Amino acid sequence: MTRKPFILQNPSTLIVLAVLAVLTLTVTLFSHAYGSGAIPTSMIKVLGKTLCLALAAVAMDLVWGYLGILSLGQMAFFALGGYMFGQWLMYARTEGIVAVALAQNPIPATPHELQDAVTNQIFGVVGSAELPLVWSFAHSLTLQLILILLVPGLLALVFGWLAFRSRVNGVYLSILTQAMTLALALWLFQNDSGFRGNNGLSGLQNLPGLDHVDQATLSVWFLWASAGALGLFYVLAAWLVSGKFGSVIRAIRDDETRVRFLGYPVEGFKLVVFTLAAMITAVAGALYYPQAGIINPAEMMPIASIYLAVWVAIGGRGRLYGAVIGAVMVSLLSSWFTGGRAPSIHLPGYVVNWVDWWQVALGLTFVMVTLFAPKGIAGIFDRMGPPRQRKAHSRQEQEANA
Amino acid sequence: MTRFRLLAACALALFLPTATLANPALEAVVADHLDQIEQPSRRTVAPLVADIAATGPEGLTMLQAWAGRNLGLTPDGRLLIMKGADATDAVTGQPVPDADPKMLRPNSGVRGVIESALVAGLLNDPDVSRRSAALDTLARSGTAEQLEALRGALADPDPVLAARKARLERLLTIQHDSDSDARVAAIQDMAGDISLDVRAALNPLLATRRVVSTDDPQGNVARELEAGSDALPREAALALLVQEGVLQPRLTSADQRAALAANIQNGAVGGVPLQDLSDPVARDRAYEALETAGAVPPAATEAEVQTALDSHRFFELYAEADPAVTDAAQAAQLRAQVKLGAMRGLDLGLDALSLASIYFLAAIGLAITFGVMRVINMAHGEFIMLGAYTGYTVQTLIADRTLSLVVALPLAFAVTFGAGVVLYRLVIRHLAHRPLETLLATFGVSIALQQLAKNIFGTQARPLTAPAWLEGSITFNDVVSISSIRVAIFVLALLFLGLFLFIMKRTRLGLEVRAVTQNPGMAASMGINPDRIAMMTFGLGSGIAGIAGVAIGLFAQVTSELGQGYIVQSFMTVVVGGVGNIWGTLAGATLIGGLSKVIESLNPANTLAAQTFMILFIIIFIQFRPRGIIPQRGRAAEA
Repeated sequence: MTRKPFILQNPSTLIVLAVLAVLTLTVTLFSHAYGSGAIPTSMIKVLGKTLCLALAAVAMDLVWGYLGILSLGQMAFFALGGYMFGQWLMYARTEGIVAVALAQNPIPATPHELQDAVTNQIFGVVGSAELPLVWSFAHSLTLQLILILLVPGLLALVFGWLAFRSRVNGVYLSILTQAMTLALALWLFQNDSGFRGNNGLSGLQNLPGLDHVDQATLSVWFLWASAGALGLFYVLAAWLVSGKFGSVIRAIRDDETRVRFLGYPVEGFKLVVFTLAAMITAVAGALYYPQAGIINPAEMMPIASIYLAVWVAIGGRGRLYGAVIGAVMVSLLSSWFTGGRAPSIHLPGYVVNWVDWWQVALGLTFVMVTLFAPKGIAGIFDRMGPPRQRKAHSRQEQEANA
Repeated sequence: MTRFRLLAACALALFLPTATLANPALEAVVADHLDQIEQPSRRTVAPLVADIAATGPEGLTMLQAWAGRNLGLTPDGRLLIMKGADATDAVTGQPVPDADPKMLRPNSGVRGVIESALVAGLLNDPDVSRRSAALDTLARSGTAEQLEALRGALADPDPVLAARKARLERLLTIQHDSDSDARVAAIQDMAGDISLDVRAALNPLLATRRVVSTDDPQGNVARELEAGSDALPREAALALLVQEGVLQPRLTSADQRAALAANIQNGAVGGVPLQDLSDPVARDRAYEALETAGAVPPAATEAEVQTALDSHRFFELYAEADPAVTDAAQAAQLRAQVKLGAMRGLDLGLDALSLASIYFLAAIGLAITFGVMRVINMAHGEFIMLGAYTGYTVQTLIADRTLSLVVALPLAFAVTFGAGVVLYRLVIRHLAHRPLETLLATFGVSIALQQLAKNIFGTQARPLTAPAWLEGSITFNDVVSISSIRVAIFVLALLFLGLFLFIMKRTRLGLEVRAVTQNPGMAASMGINPDRIAMMTFGLGSGIAGIAGVAIGLFAQVTSELGQGYIVQSFMTVVVGGVGNIWGTLAGATLIGGLSKVIESLNPANTLAAQTFMILFIIIFIQFRPRGIIPQRGRAAEA
């Protein structure tokens, strides 16, 4: 029997793409740069960042929901992607500023002087006078763009190879990914690691060479890029999990030993998905941090990766759209509640201030979701779908929980 | 002996400004040497001071005043000892009203002579504390004269002081003796001693300075240096050459640019067009041109620098001129350093042991719950925090530190035991056989608890003060010491190891726990209730976390993030040690504690790097022992 085209197997992909397109179009039409200006630029940036987080959640869902590895280190790849792109943004921008400043001198600057001035500008805060080796490619956009995929991909490949070949799995693997993230974060926190320690990279919201473009326009551009990346990788992920490849990785999730006995190279499949997810996450990070404007190692503390898992769990894992819904909803709600704009609840004798109580509520919600709604929000959509599909999903779910 | 009596009397006289009888001997000496007392010279004053000291207590009192710049000279040639506004005659001891003498201000050299004469006197003082104080003064700043005085007074009725005198005599010999053989002998006597005073005596002998010379230098050469090596970077070598006057200072590129910018004429500098000046070679050429024209001060070019470097040799010379002494000192220092290294290793071992006991306390609860239920409790760190806050709360209610600690330990156990049981009943029981979901659900509990603690206790750190008998430290020598709190935590960890072993091996509960760990299904069919056992183990593990919290709170600040700092290390301990076996946890804690201390000591300035390397090591370690140091056996291990 020939398989149906994967789009027909996954009508949800079309819905997600349509929603994404409508959102992008609406935001563009109401933006300052291209339309009425009803949506403020800061809001556009929040939306753009949320799309990037949704993309990271899709990758997380690939690894956790489909492959069954609860990776608590995804944000390491996210931040690494951000750092790689940030290096070029910061270097090129500083180089431009320094070149203008040095041109004021009557004597033209030597290349060495130019380099020194740039180094001083970037690394003065950590008391370093030499350009670290890891910045060797920072002058080239192309090389740094390649590094966005290469560095997190290599890290995931090496780490995954070491972990999978020694059959570390389950909770052990989660803890190990968390340890890897912590090690990376602590290393980046050092001043002499070459990434400006806890100052991180800043001024990333400006695109070098495009000084005449204002932030209102740039934010829309980044929104387009984020939406495009999300759409592209969503389709890629949906295609990947719909075919035979998808069946094998779901089988690995449900019973790794049986798949191995059937003759499939389990480690190879795991490694491919893990590495691919790391690269997708890195792209999301590379698009996220220019919109945030600043990146520092605190972004990759283990807690951030656990939040990513929380979003996917609340949204509903094992379904790509669930990851998107979870990430968008929880991150927007989080920023609304912790931003201090949510109205306080006045109880007799105590005022519930959401800035203080949101974390408690989130934690407890999370426990509730895990206990009572393991399918997350996406579980609601399952019930609305045609009965046949619902049955297939619920069987899948039973196996996942077994 | 009479002289000593007199000295004692003199010492008393310092504190009893009563009128004393006139002293004719002193009167005579003063009368003969009045001009020398007024204008003393360091070289000639010694005999005079000896004469005055020999006259008796009044003489010594006067010397004391003289050295303390409290001696005044009246126009009619009388010496007065001033004490605030009161004046007494130095010779007769009579009070003098309304005196306005000219104060004598001997220079520091003269005062040194006077003081060493005084110290030499005090070394034979019958009062033990006074002799001891004199030795302290000598140890701080001994001189060659005092060495002689000390040698004359080596005998001492008090054995402790006699030993101190002998030791001090050796040290002063190293520093001040004129005879090279005596010094070498003294150095050899003290070799291998790692006390601070010996190191302080040896270090100045080995102090070096750098010299530049075209051939072999005069003096005691420590070693020859290679310019451009690690020991003597090129910049430092150039600075030495400039200091010697054989080389003009090299221009920094900023100076050069400024000099060039100041001499722009018609779009060119020294005949070199401006646009060419982005090339360093062109800049040198332009500067040379300006130098020839006399427009700028001369500066060394790269070629001149190289010639100067090639034609000179660089040496390190000892400040001490005698090679026999420096050789002996070098050998002694080497021995001391070897011994010091061993001592530091011991100190490091103690540090590592205390860190390991903390990790053990923090991780043991995690290990047993994981062993029994295959569940990682992410809220374990928050239970540690809960224990610490319990300790803090008890301390605010009970003022007595010891009593509050005695109450806090069992109470923290009870509180976290309860919290663990509640968590088990409400959450974990319903997620049986879904370890990843349990991990996330307990993480939800963890963030909720952390924020709750923040809301209740605030974000600032709360102190948990140890009782007085736990403060301070046990010191073995200048290098090895350990704080009492850490010893107490070590004892606590041992106690819990013992208690745990007792519960596991000697009680019904322990038997059932082991049965459930090995095979839950079979245990259940033998009439054991696995649910109850799991609950008890979870409670027990959480309770120990509470105890660990109190222990950690005693030396760290209590904040809502307290548990976070230990949770990853605890996970690592469990992963490295292997689950379901307390000896595995112990081995894991020892390995992690020891390793982090060792890595930290290799790079003490950078604790972040130390942690990074430790985690990397663990990731690699897992490659070779995926199930930990002591892997679990039996059917449970297959799961």
